[in-house]
Amino acid sequence: MSAPLVEVSAIARSYAMRSGMFGRSTAVHAVDGVSLAIPKGETLGLVGESGSGKSTTGRIVLGLEPPDTGEVRFGGQPMAAPGTQAWRAQRSRMQMIFQDPLGALDRRLPVAAQIREPLDIHSVGTPAEREERVRELLRAVELTPAHGTRYPGALSGGQRQRIVLARALATKPDFLVCDEPVSALDVSIQAQVVNLLCDLQAQLSLTLLFISHDLRVVRQISSVVAVMYLGRIVEIGSADDLFARPEHPYTQALVSASPAPGRRSAGRIVLSGDPPNPAARPQGCAFHPRCPRAIARCRSEVPTLSGVGGDRQVACHLVAGPQAATRDAA
Amino acid sequence: MTALISIESLGVAFHGVPVLRGVDLTLRKGEALGLVGESGSGKSVTWLAALGLLPRHAQVSGSVKLDGRQILGAPASVLDQIRGGRVAMIFQDPASALNPVLTIRKQLCEALALHRDLSGEAVKAEALRLLNLVGIPDAGRRLSAYPHEFSGGQVQRIMIAMALAGNPDLLIADEPTTALDATIQAQILELLSTIRREMNMAMVLISHDLGVVAENCDRVAVMYAGRIVEQAPANQLFADPVHPYAQGLIGALLPLDGPRRRLTAIPGTVPDPAHMPGGCAFAPRCALAADPCGLAAPTLAPIADDRAVACIRAETSRRALLGIAAE
Repeated sequence: MSAPLVEVSAIARSYAMRSGMFGRSTAVHAVDGVSLAIPKGETLGLVGESGSGKSTTGRIVLGLEPPDTGEVRFGGQPMAAPGTQAWRAQRSRMQMIFQDPLGALDRRLPVAAQIREPLDIHSVGTPAEREERVRELLRAVELTPAHGTRYPGALSGGQRQRIVLARALATKPDFLVCDEPVSALDVSIQAQVVNLLCDLQAQLSLTLLFISHDLRVVRQISSVVAVMYLGRIVEIGSADDLFARPEHPYTQALVSASPAPGRRSAGRIVLSGDPPNPAARPQGCAFHPRCPRAIARCRSEVPTLSGVGGDRQVACHLVAGPQAATRDAA
Repeated sequence: MTALISIESLGVAFHGVPVLRGVDLTLRKGEALGLVGESGSGKSVTWLAALGLLPRHAQVSGSVKLDGRQILGAPASVLDQIRGGRVAMIFQDPASALNPVLTIRKQLCEALALHRDLSGEAVKAEALRLLNLVGIPDAGRRLSAYPHEFSGGQVQRIMIAMALAGNPDLLIADEPTTALDATIQAQILELLSTIRREMNMAMVLISHDLGVVAENCDRVAVMYAGRIVEQAPANQLFADPVHPYAQGLIGALLPLDGPRRRLTAIPGTVPDPAHMPGGCAFAPRCALAADPCGLAAPTLAPIADDRAVACIRAETSRRALLGIAAE
């Protein structure tokens, strides 16, 4: 495997939150010791419920927010300080796509002008070359140059997300962070955009960090998937294998909660309790209050992410390394 | 067959633009019906129109009968007894459906006082029973809490408790779990199916998530551009969809196991209600469309027991599906 394009080591980020106007401020650990490596041309899927820190991880990886501790390396280099020339050059090689395309576009500007904007900012080519590049990008996302003259309001949700994608690709980035890019789209349109994203990734050998709560979409597009719970990665492994044989009790519940036609809900793992509050992280394993298999040790000791055979890593006291490895061999 | 509610050629137009173009739907007592389709296909409008909840400028036509009695255009006094009493509704965004400055007790008791002949201590006891029924821990103390003190999943539980206050025969759940996390969605769906079984209540589950509908409903109706295009028992629809749009929707559903395959996306987008194509509304996006498809809109015709489809190419479509399956 080639050297990772993006390397994240033990990043942590916490925010101060005040409860009430005069309340004491408490630290909310949004991300707590996350390490990831994404090889060039591969897609890493990041799944988890709201508040699990997946979006914060994406923002830190892009350099939109500095980590409190830990480091992000891009192409072997540490991220440059925001605002510097080196940072600008680095940022043109990485882009982001958000969930709400209408919110990400300017409603009062024709979409072609918005696709052109990153080219202007990073002074790419001559004005004529930029125009040609915009037409090329529109074709790449399966739209016509005529669509470029329209305003975001005159386009459908799927078309808007294509425009956002075209704009993200304008500077020929190597790395794309997609944060819930298809969640706001209808099922049939979702399929179009997922197919397009898969095609573009193959053509342009893009490296992707794909953040979503939708396990099906993540599996379709990712080679490796990491599951987050309350700011930590609880399980990571190759996409097909992870969803076929989830090891962590939380991943098992997530997979089981994903409804499928032709299957009745019998045998589903229904977790009790609510997703926990990042401001009041439980002691020990953060998942233990909802875990159907929790033991005494889970309440006191934080499990670390460790290999259980193959490329799978799990942070759970019940899924011990050597034991799982022998089970794999058997 | 005892129809609890029967809707016939229900039509809705906003400012002269038709958004619902002749919907026929019947629901038996205790049955769970799923309603799927893309945004703007008329899933929610069907029930808002049936219950007289649309704004005044909406033009509504057709017939909606509850236990054989016409309720479309019924006076407010009659509708007030039906809404929240015999037919209850829960929505996608539960937080905005509750009053943030009133305690849960006040809001639950209000619903109970309106629809049940209860007073004094009996109301409070019933409110407590409902909150326990929907699984709010420590219900006695939590009754005096305000909506913001509950999590999203708990607020939806409270909405379900309020919907149950009038002992409804029919619960219309409009995307009840869309705003919730996956593990909480599973909890709410399980709660709904338990309550439905215990109270023998009929349910309409409106959802864009085919998986949710497949698992929780007996029968499914697929809507497209203001019409029902296919209606079938849930297991049959997912095993053998006939309408090309239903086939497309199911083809676009990603598998969670087995080999990865390229998704069969439906090309194009939903037509604009103001510029509806003549004939079948799906024809411009349909791979099987032929000349006659552009002439007249196909009607929903029975093709088997309890199955109906609105497509003149249904036979071809079915053969195409079987042909693919045989390869």
